[in-house]
Amino acid sequence: MTTNSKPLPPRATPLRPRRRAIIVGASSGIGAALARRLAREGYTLALLARRADLLASLCEEINLAAGEIRALAYPHDVTDYDSAPNLLQRMLADLGGLDLFVYNTGISLPVGLKKYDFEKDRRTTEVNYLGALAWLNLVAAMFQSLKSGQIVALSSVAGERGRVGNPSYNASKAALTCYLEALRNRLSRYGVNVLLTAKPGFVDTNMIVGAKGAFWVIPAEQAAADICRAIRKRRQQVYTPARWQLVMLIVRNIPSFIFRRLIF
Amino acid sequence: MNNTPPYEKLTLLDNFGHSLRSPAYLFQPTETEEIGQALKLAKQHGLTITLRGAGRSYNDAALNGGGIVLDLRQVNRILAWDPATGLLRAEPGVTLEHLWHTVLPDGWWPPVVSGTMFTTLGGCLGMNIHGKNNFRMGTLGEHVLEFTILLPTGAEVTCSPKKNGDLFRACIGGMGMLGIFTSITLQMKKMASGLLEVHAFPVRSLEEHLEALLDGAPQHDYIVGWLDATARGKGLGRGQIHTADYLHEGDGCQVRNHFGCQVRNHFDPDPKKTLTVAYQTLPAKLFGVFPKSIIHYFMAPFMNNPGAWAVNTAKYVMGLRESYYNQPHAAFHFLLDYVPDWELAYGRNGLIQYQSFILKETAREAWTEMLELSQRRGLPSYLGVTKRHRPDNFLLTHAVDGYSLALDFKVTSGNRSKMAQMLQDFDRITLEAGGRFYFAKNSETTAETAIRFLGEEAVAKFRSLKKRCDPHHLLESDLYRRVFG
Repeated sequence: MTTNSKPLPPRATPLRPRRRAIIVGASSGIGAALARRLAREGYTLALLARRADLLASLCEEINLAAGEIRALAYPHDVTDYDSAPNLLQRMLADLGGLDLFVYNTGISLPVGLKKYDFEKDRRTTEVNYLGALAWLNLVAAMFQSLKSGQIVALSSVAGERGRVGNPSYNASKAALTCYLEALRNRLSRYGVNVLLTAKPGFVDTNMIVGAKGAFWVIPAEQAAADICRAIRKRRQQVYTPARWQLVMLIVRNIPSFIFRRLIF
Repeated sequence: MNNTPPYEKLTLLDNFGHSLRSPAYLFQPTETEEIGQALKLAKQHGLTITLRGAGRSYNDAALNGGGIVLDLRQVNRILAWDPATGLLRAEPGVTLEHLWHTVLPDGWWPPVVSGTMFTTLGGCLGMNIHGKNNFRMGTLGEHVLEFTILLPTGAEVTCSPKKNGDLFRACIGGMGMLGIFTSITLQMKKMASGLLEVHAFPVRSLEEHLEALLDGAPQHDYIVGWLDATARGKGLGRGQIHTADYLHEGDGCQVRNHFGCQVRNHFDPDPKKTLTVAYQTLPAKLFGVFPKSIIHYFMAPFMNNPGAWAVNTAKYVMGLRESYYNQPHAAFHFLLDYVPDWELAYGRNGLIQYQSFILKETAREAWTEMLELSQRRGLPSYLGVTKRHRPDNFLLTHAVDGYSLALDFKVTSGNRSKMAQMLQDFDRITLEAGGRFYFAKNSETTAETAIRFLGEEAVAKFRSLKKRCDPHHLLESDLYRRVFG
């Protein structure tokens, strides 16, 4: 098509099927690790992030390793909600379809134990939750029409309880988890039977640089591997590392009169 | 946000073999004016358009992942029919079924038909289909007197072999990539009877098979071979040949064999009866009781190597007895419609068809190599069909002075890479033998292969016509991207 001059990835044929995925928030951390892993598994990828230079070098790395065009870069800010519909249309046409959508973008802007900062809270909510809504609504409508597809969104173990350290981050992830559950319940009746909520613990990414008290820190590659396995098995939820499932079972059930006295 | 694409139109479409699926914004116009609106919409959103008829192509010809697909089945009026001259003018969505239902009662039959009657006229011309009479009647395009085509530029152009001849020869067989047919004028063939005189006889080897096609073609109106692709050794290429000839009107003489039984009748005593749609219509039930729509469930257990060997061997043995019989046109031509949804028997990953057109001088050697290769690699075809062909002068022609062999293969999640490698070898063998390919069938033909068999000159000419007719590349299909990308 004339509006797009960049070379496009080859289309699927019956003997060379290609699954197609969009990853929002792919320039670093878990998103980049997921992109590398999915590309190795044969996916054709559309990668979105704000940092165009990082995105371009990631695409180059993936395409070089694959020996063909397997990743395309689309610089995008998730808070630019209005541009999402046309961008999705563009990516759908460039990839030739869509099998998997990953919303990975997330920020954490701690405010300190005794402070309140609406600007930071708004930014967190816009990126972690409203940006997700802008994309997931569109993708859900699309998959609902197609009666197929797989949606993955990266929530967090932090969304399971409201903690003193980072209220808006906890709230944004809790809202995202709840929204994803509702979406899963909506879409399962249309054959979009997997809507994976990935809940990583501490992952070695920019987000925890300088964070105090991080433990069980895993590399982004391990989180990506766990998420990819869950995608293949069409799970509904995955904790990475898996031990967080047990920990969160306990944390979720700590009575409030104890929980409110804890500082973490 | 006002420019939101029509996501509610997104539909998951697949090919006839159910081996490939991709989503597209599906539009189903009923009038030719609506086609122009779709072109505008595509331009507005920066999307491409693929034309789709009945979706009977085995590959990605009617798929456009992430783009617009125009399903033209409802643009299906017969605009004019003259029983005196046999000239018919129709819109592209008319199916061959609709066509023969219209012309048969007046004693006419389409000059060329595909193996199924559910294809549309537009689709048939876009691929320039051939039938079991290709060696005699050529492709369907050779019987088109004129067509009008809406170009993506907005111009509506009339083409015939003499007027805009270069466009005529490129649009027919042009995969719907130059414009959208809006009306097609076709010359029908006069029939004296609704019956064909069919002769079925066995052939015991590939050599005998090809000789029978070569020698039989000049003497008959139709000829087609079934090839047992599971047979090895001396029986490689064995099968059964069916020839068919038009019957003449009248009682005539009856031909009897040496036991005194009537074996042939060159004449139809009651053409009024045989030239009716009711007489031609294929029965919906087998033996009057068994609904054909469920037969594919019973075929599925045989869709594996031992099952296919058993079925092919049984068919060959049953066909060893030579037979003569008269058969209605529809029953002879539309073999693929005998079992509705037969392609579902191939399972969830579907089937692909590989068809190669090879010169008569080199076909035997090439197909021996192909058949042996498929057996050695444990990937035999479950159905093989042969035909005799002649060349034509269409720009993207698939025809040669030789034969075609169509092989059906079952796709499984485990055999894809092995089969892809095998089809690459098949392409090499076909090209080395001076062969060609047909864009409605093969799903793995690459751009390099296409340029090798079409020739650089033909490809360059097609590209220059594409630039002239569709400067913004509004018309693109997954097939076009694959072979011309």
